[in-house]
Amino acid sequence: MGVGIEVTNLNAWYGNNHTLQDINLNIPANHATALIGPSGCGKSTFVRCLNRMHETNPIARVTGTVRIGDLDIYNDAKPVEIRRRVGMVFQRPNPFPTMSIYDNVASGLKLNGYSNRRALDEIVERSLKDSALWDEVKDDLKSKSGASLSGGQQQRLCIARALAVDPEVLLMDEPASALDPVSTSKIEDLIFQLKSQYTIVIVTHNMQQAARVAEKTGFFLNGRMVEFDSTHKIFTNPSDKRTEDYITGRFG
Amino acid sequence: MTRIRFQQSLDQLKENLLVMAGLAEQAIQRAIEAYRVRDLSICDLVSRSEVAINRLERDIDQAALDLLAMEQPMAIDLRFILSVIKINADLERVGDAAKSISERVRSMEQMAAVPELPVDIPRMATLSAEMVRKSLQSFIDADPELARAVLLMDDAVDKMNRAAYKSLTKVMEEQSHIAPQALNALMICRALERVADHATNIAEDVIFWIQGADVRHHKSVLAAQKKAAEAAS
Repeated sequence: MGVGIEVTNLNAWYGNNHTLQDINLNIPANHATALIGPSGCGKSTFVRCLNRMHETNPIARVTGTVRIGDLDIYNDAKPVEIRRRVGMVFQRPNPFPTMSIYDNVASGLKLNGYSNRRALDEIVERSLKDSALWDEVKDDLKSKSGASLSGGQQQRLCIARALAVDPEVLLMDEPASALDPVSTSKIEDLIFQLKSQYTIVIVTHNMQQAARVAEKTGFFLNGRMVEFDSTHKIFTNPSDKRTEDYITGRFG
Repeated sequence: MTRIRFQQSLDQLKENLLVMAGLAEQAIQRAIEAYRVRDLSICDLVSRSEVAINRLERDIDQAALDLLAMEQPMAIDLRFILSVIKINADLERVGDAAKSISERVRSMEQMAAVPELPVDIPRMATLSAEMVRKSLQSFIDADPELARAVLLMDDAVDKMNRAAYKSLTKVMEEQSHIAPQALNALMICRALERVADHATNIAEDVIFWIQGADVRHHKSVLAAQKKAAEAAS
């Protein structure tokens, strides 16, 4: 099951560039939350702070508190453990090109020491079913590489890989921006189904996508969270003029 | 500013609706004038304007539909387009009401003249037309306060309509020889009451567009607020 995320006074820097400033918000468990905002506003940096990916850059720095469930991720756990609990899917699907479909999904489990063949088979099947890919690949699990799949299938494979390690949170950074409309629709349907089991945070430039899949939406601008509210409120009657100007295309 | 073409399309939509509003307002004023001076040539003008109103209604709906489909508007733009669609329909019905009044005037002119009927149609017409004018002004100025003032005017027209119903049915019962004339007068009152309702709808749509607030069916709440404000001051 998903857990809530509580962010308090979060600040992030790349060198001297103060990319996130005083972010405070509570992301509800088992919901999809969308983050929108113009390029460079800090939304991708924000999600990278939720699984400590941000700090993999040597010039990056973070202050503040992020609690995933009851875990203070910057004080109570190691980055590897955090990234198991908080899966991430990127804009461009990035399957391991030389690995089979099966090994792509099982890679995270093997890294975590799983070796029971039967258990692995079960988890791979469940993950591919949960990512709505099973029916399309079940006959080629070990004979085809992940790179042989279409872009949309590769993205669902990456989602299956993230789900295999049984995360509580799934971060998606523009997961459908490189996909055609049919593949995009499949990813959106998937998000809709997965949110009953996971807490999903999705960064998107596609406002309609945010409106379709998310219950909550946050608007970022210049490293600050301008408005965080129900998606319905944000897209029909936002409280802040800057949010309205952005979603109506008057800037950004 | 980005989306310049979209903004231009919204401006054009507003402009077309204002043309429609002008025609509808003119139609109702002409119908009232036709009743006042019993001039059938004015009735002809009302009938002719209905053709233009109907054509504009279709054009505005199509333009609004195109914007919804092609631009995926959000927030205040989305509310604006939805309001335009609804106001457009109300204006078309104001045009229908004007035609209905002019037809009653035509019918009255074909009958023998009768002594004055116990109903103040000019007063009711003035108030209904004033509501239409103010509701459209609130749209032009994007003024929710003026729109709220329109909502409060509707009760007076409803009251006049009820009074007209009472007095004219009494005429029909007691003086059957002028019942057809009384019936025409009653139908004119009914049309004017509908015009006031459409003006109320337009005002509600203006409030929705500007403030995102749905105030439909909240007349009693608004009246209570006004009463409380008056008591406080």
